Amino acid sequence: MKRALSLLMLVGILTAMLAACGGGTTTTTPAKPTNTPAGPATVAPASTASTAAAGTTVATTIAATTVSTTTAATTVPTTTVAATTVPTTTVAATTVPTGTTTVAATAVPTTTSAGSVTDYIITLVGQITPEIAKALGTVKIVSHTPLSGADADLGTGISNGVNLGIAQIGTAIVSTGVKLELLPFDDKSQPEVGTSNAKKIITDPEVLCVVGHLNSGVALAALPDYSNANLLMISPANTNPRITDSGYANAFRVVGRDDLQGPIGARFASETLKAKSVFILHDKTDYGQGVAEFFRQEAERLGLKVLGFEGTEEKSDFSSILTTIQAANPDLIYFGGLFGQAGPLLRQARERGITTKFLGPDGLDSSVLAKLAGNALSDTYYTTVAAPVSTFPNAAQFALAYQAKFNGVATPFSAQAFDATGFCTASILKAAIEAKGKPTRAQVVAAMKSLPTLDGITATYTFNPQGDPNPATYYIFAANTDPAKWNENKLITRIVSAPPTK
Amino acid sequence: MAGEPNASVRNVGQQRTVEIIRMVLLPLVQLALFIVGSAVVLGLIIVVVAFLLSRSDPMLFQTALAILPQVMIDGVVRGFLFATIALGYTMVYGVLEFINFAHGEIFMVGGFVGAGVGYLMQQIGLLTILPPLLFVLITVLAGMTVSGLLAMTTERIAYRPLRGAPRLVPLISAIGMSLVLQDLVRLIATSTPLGFNARFETPDFGQAIKLAEIPLGERSMPVMISPKAIIFITVAVLMLIALNYLVNATRLGKAIRATAQDMSTASLMGVNVNQIIALTFLIGGALGGAAGVLFGLNIGTVNPYMGFIPGIKAFTAAVLGGIGNITGAMVGGIVLGFLEAFVSSYLSMFTGGKFSGASYADIAAFSILILILIFRPSGLLGEAVTQKV
Repeated sequence: MKRALSLLMLVGILTAMLAACGGGTTTTTPAKPTNTPAGPATVAPASTASTAAAGTTVATTIAATTVSTTTAATTVPTTTVAATTVPTTTVAATTVPTGTTTVAATAVPTTTSAGSVTDYIITLVGQITPEIAKALGTVKIVSHTPLSGADADLGTGISNGVNLGIAQIGTAIVSTGVKLELLPFDDKSQPEVGTSNAKKIITDPEVLCVVGHLNSGVALAALPDYSNANLLMISPANTNPRITDSGYANAFRVVGRDDLQGPIGARFASETLKAKSVFILHDKTDYGQGVAEFFRQEAERLGLKVLGFEGTEEKSDFSSILTTIQAANPDLIYFGGLFGQAGPLLRQARERGITTKFLGPDGLDSSVLAKLAGNALSDTYYTTVAAPVSTFPNAAQFALAYQAKFNGVATPFSAQAFDATGFCTASILKAAIEAKGKPTRAQVVAAMKSLPTLDGITATYTFNPQGDPNPATYYIFAANTDPAKWNENKLITRIVSAPPTK
Repeated sequence: MAGEPNASVRNVGQQRTVEIIRMVLLPLVQLALFIVGSAVVLGLIIVVVAFLLSRSDPMLFQTALAILPQVMIDGVVRGFLFATIALGYTMVYGVLEFINFAHGEIFMVGGFVGAGVGYLMQQIGLLTILPPLLFVLITVLAGMTVSGLLAMTTERIAYRPLRGAPRLVPLISAIGMSLVLQDLVRLIATSTPLGFNARFETPDFGQAIKLAEIPLGERSMPVMISPKAIIFITVAVLMLIALNYLVNATRLGKAIRATAQDMSTASLMGVNVNQIIALTFLIGGALGGAAGVLFGLNIGTVNPYMGFIPGIKAFTAAVLGGIGNITGAMVGGIVLGFLEAFVSSYLSMFTGGKFSGASYADIAAFSILILILIFRPSGLLGEAVTQKV
């Protein structure tokens, strides 16, 4: 009797669960727009879908011709002039055939830069009176990234980038008497750790800016806390659209967004790799699943056959998934996730004789991927919002300083972290001058919003009111099998695009 | 003894040998039966379901059948992973009636030691000249030694002082040990060239062996097994044989069994209980370490957190098979491995992509486990065998 009862309960619970999940996973039905309540990553497509109702199709800012025209696959030498040898496409509003218009109406702004961030800070130095400097005292800038765990390679790089930024700017403003200090926090790539750190961070009155995070899921968990304290957060790496779409006034980023990165990958798959079918895998995180969903939407729009869309938290043994992939026989495997998972996945796939082309987002952009997968990285491509530091002509000095100070090659996102630190300091100093004393955190956020167009070492930055850089640059690379030469990965194309508008 | 005729001694000796062979081989037969049994049952279910669904999609039946052999192989390999880890859980439980939650980490340490040895060999250029089997032997021995000693040390530090305490206390201590070991290894690994995600360097084992090709439309679906997986399974079976021999046919095994039955009486009979318990941990840890090395070898990378989930699943496998029972642990592991492989490969196919098999594999596999345990609370082999350990 008891057994029968517990059996009944189990069946009941399972049915309820299946019903709940079933409602959320009907994304394969083309009639319905993606509207998973449980899948946080799908917020943005849902909003674009609502635009679709108003007469436009869910299209991205990339014109149909973008990728195909730029596939000249120029080899990028490691010298700093590399950036100029690659064809760059600037994407403005373009009409897509058969009556559909792209959603992105904003053209890439042509405003000229007011000089580099460092120069701007130096111009501010003159306006800092001793009183202001005294009121400011020590300013702490927090770097909040995974310093331990699977993503520590990239997280530590970001923290190092902030470190270098503070060292360089600190020297530039040393005459004012304002001291900059780095306060590194380790979020361990775990949302709950990020939240609890954030609660700690906001209690320190000397902290006026946060550079973080690496993982979108962690940033989204910590943002409410920063927002309650009006603390400025500039992300050097987060690509999930919700970072800036959630209405947080204090959230900024210096990189592109997944609702473009995913579609750009899909276009590349369709037009350059000539894939007709794709199998999509993701890691079930805000970031990985998010970018995979965007990839899928665009892939389906472009007529690619999506043979599977699977999420897994498995980190080591991928045999079951590989069997499914082998049976599906796709032209391309897309993996929305990070290098730690992609490495063994690729290696096991190639060992099984699956020679399918492999594509992923910027989560694959780490030399650790080459270390883990080695020769298995044949035919592997990734889209990224943060190219190797050697791609940026203005970052040569940064790369050298990084090498000298941390005894290693500058990791992806570290140069972006350097720029984010620059914007942090610029906003803090500007706010201090305007407040004629120590600014409140809200004043720092306001100052960030009113910064002119400035040159970072990675790009020229203008921020839209949401906090996205306008325009942002997206890159597509072919992966290199040698970890030591990760910075020399072959740049296939470069796309400059304004953030999508609703 | 001295007065007995030679023939009788020989007879007794012969009887003993037969007995030992029976003890050692019986579990193997049992295991083989369970592998074949689960494969047949699950395979039949798949065939029936695929047949029922094939009316709407004729290709589905063909595809389902084509991948069936590969899924079974995946299941066996995965099953042996859980099985080898489960052995350690079940050994310790048999003796102390205590769940050593740090066992997953012992397994992970084994993997790291293997990766470390592989890395060193690569640095001195030994990797290219060493025969693969010798490499496996060296790394497995290294992993077994370190993991076994580590398990013994954890017992000495964290469990022995709590021997008289209520049952929950050492359990908590074990969970604590598990976290400590994870982060300790993380600390060590990240400060060495291995790094957090360490690549397991191996000699070239060659490409996967193609067992068959099943035609599927215009192309064919290969059935493959990698040489590493074959090594994994072979070593796991050898480990089971050795363990069964040790526990059932040696004096030491007798002491272990005596300790398991009644600790205080065993000590009255002259068994050094503390020593036997430490030895149990050593053996369990060594088995876990070997499993770790073989797993790392098989999948190609190791990381400090890789032991946690397999540890939990191996624990489940041990319970499923009847905790405290050695063959049961193996059987439980195999069944769990099969369930996972089948669910993750077929779920999304059968639900038309609505349910991602990989995401829901655990839910489905563990639901089936709950079902099995509702009807057989003592596990698959829990009742059939009265002997503990």
